[in-house]
Amino acid sequence: MDWQPLVLTFKLALITTAILFVVSIPIAYWLSNTKSKIKPVIETLVSMPLVLPPTVLGFYMLVAFSPENAFGNWLNEWLGIRLIFSFGGLVVASVIYSLPFMVQPIQAGLSSLPSTLKEASYTMGKSKMTTLIKILLPNVKPALLTGIVLSFAHTVGEFGVVLMIGGNMPGKTKVASIAIYDEVEAMNYSAANSYSLILFSITFIILLLVYLANGGYFKRFVP
Amino acid sequence: MIRLNLKKILKSTGGKMVLDLELNIAKGQFVTLFGESGAGKTSTLRMLSGLLKPDIGTITVDGITWFDSNKNINLVPQQRKVGYVFQDYALFPNMTVRQNLEYALQRNQDKSIIEELLDFAQLSELQQRKPETLSGGQKQRVALARALVQRPEILILDEPLSALDLKMRIKLQEYILQIHKQFKLTTILVSHDIGEIVKLSDCVFELQNGKVIKKGAAADFFGLNKTSAKFRFSGEVLKIEREDVIYVISVLIGNDIIKVVSDRTEANGLKVGDQVLVASKAFNPIIQKL
Repeated sequence: MDWQPLVLTFKLALITTAILFVVSIPIAYWLSNTKSKIKPVIETLVSMPLVLPPTVLGFYMLVAFSPENAFGNWLNEWLGIRLIFSFGGLVVASVIYSLPFMVQPIQAGLSSLPSTLKEASYTMGKSKMTTLIKILLPNVKPALLTGIVLSFAHTVGEFGVVLMIGGNMPGKTKVASIAIYDEVEAMNYSAANSYSLILFSITFIILLLVYLANGGYFKRFVP
Repeated sequence: MIRLNLKKILKSTGGKMVLDLELNIAKGQFVTLFGESGAGKTSTLRMLSGLLKPDIGTITVDGITWFDSNKNINLVPQQRKVGYVFQDYALFPNMTVRQNLEYALQRNQDKSIIEELLDFAQLSELQQRKPETLSGGQKQRVALARALVQRPEILILDEPLSALDLKMRIKLQEYILQIHKQFKLTTILVSHDIGEIVKLSDCVFELQNGKVIKKGAAADFFGLNKTSAKFRFSGEVLKIEREDVIYVISVLIGNDIIKVVSDRTEANGLKVGDQVLVASKAFNPIIQKL
């Protein structure tokens, strides 16, 4: 069996999750605090990937990143980045596609904290940044964990966007979900089954661990 | 000296309310804001500490302007450094008692104050515990100690004892008074408990619909000095019963229920839930050690 698609899948999921974690915290913090009128618009944009067919998203990214268009051309000429049919393009697409899975749990977690926690911190002379890092984030650990795992699992399971923007290039953009499709098309059911079974088991274990952790199951083993 | 002169339109569940007040609080005083829920007490405290921005007005503390809508001055809460004890304590759940106190340390501040406060609040044995494992009274002591770490000159207490039982309340009242004197604080308290107010404060402001409707020294305020009674207690009316021509009024004073006989005119002016003063001067009370 060719392990490359699986390696690629988890590499993509890891990088995507890491980027999402960094990007989503400021977005979730802003959304949980703001009284701005454009908040519903931003919330809608963040949540769109939940309901939009992945092919729609993939199609527009394909068009936008294409060197024949202004934005793709600018990326290509000025930064030397080609996002279509490349691993970099997959990362960008995955970050956008999995954004709600990271932002929403963190936003919900931050909103559920009593506002007196941050106010207490402010009256002690602590900056907003210090308050976020030392008080708010440590008290929403379950939400952070949920966000990390959901975006990881969602990226592992992504198909449509990858197919649209990445195609099916072995070692570059051929992730496990695409490989499965490929093997089925070639009537190679046993190979498709191996990939499927591995993805099935890994996602099951990851999600189970999260539910156990957030349900306090592991706390019994900590003195 | 704290001078507040504020206007703010508050939108609450009961509709719009205009908070419009002028308060002058002398340094070192213990002041209580008294009044019904929704009268604007907490909003006043939040505006003083910088957590809520007034629409117009000024706040000056010891000659320094904290807020001036005309000059566009508005110090953030971080610069005002007021010791604020929240009604829900607002202890940081991710930190131990000790870490909660240490978090409040200012840059380059001497750490010895942590030991001093842990000692003073009798928290030394609890210092490694997380807030969730503490009782209400213990949490309140942590919140008080934590508010004092940065050595504020102003201490704000928003109904600090309302969630505690009577015994704990009385113990903590003494503790608060001790803190107020020892740390030479100007303390502003929000409270509904008349006994507590009389015991603790020098001066009381009564707020109603966002305005100060009455102010005075604590004892005068509740009319305690008008009766030259031999003994007197304040309590809450629990029950008014009619028995033939007289009325029996049950009054809760502390943990005890006292029955007072009254005539119809007196009883008609009272309803269940009223705060009343029970006093007597014709009889000499008997005191016995328990």
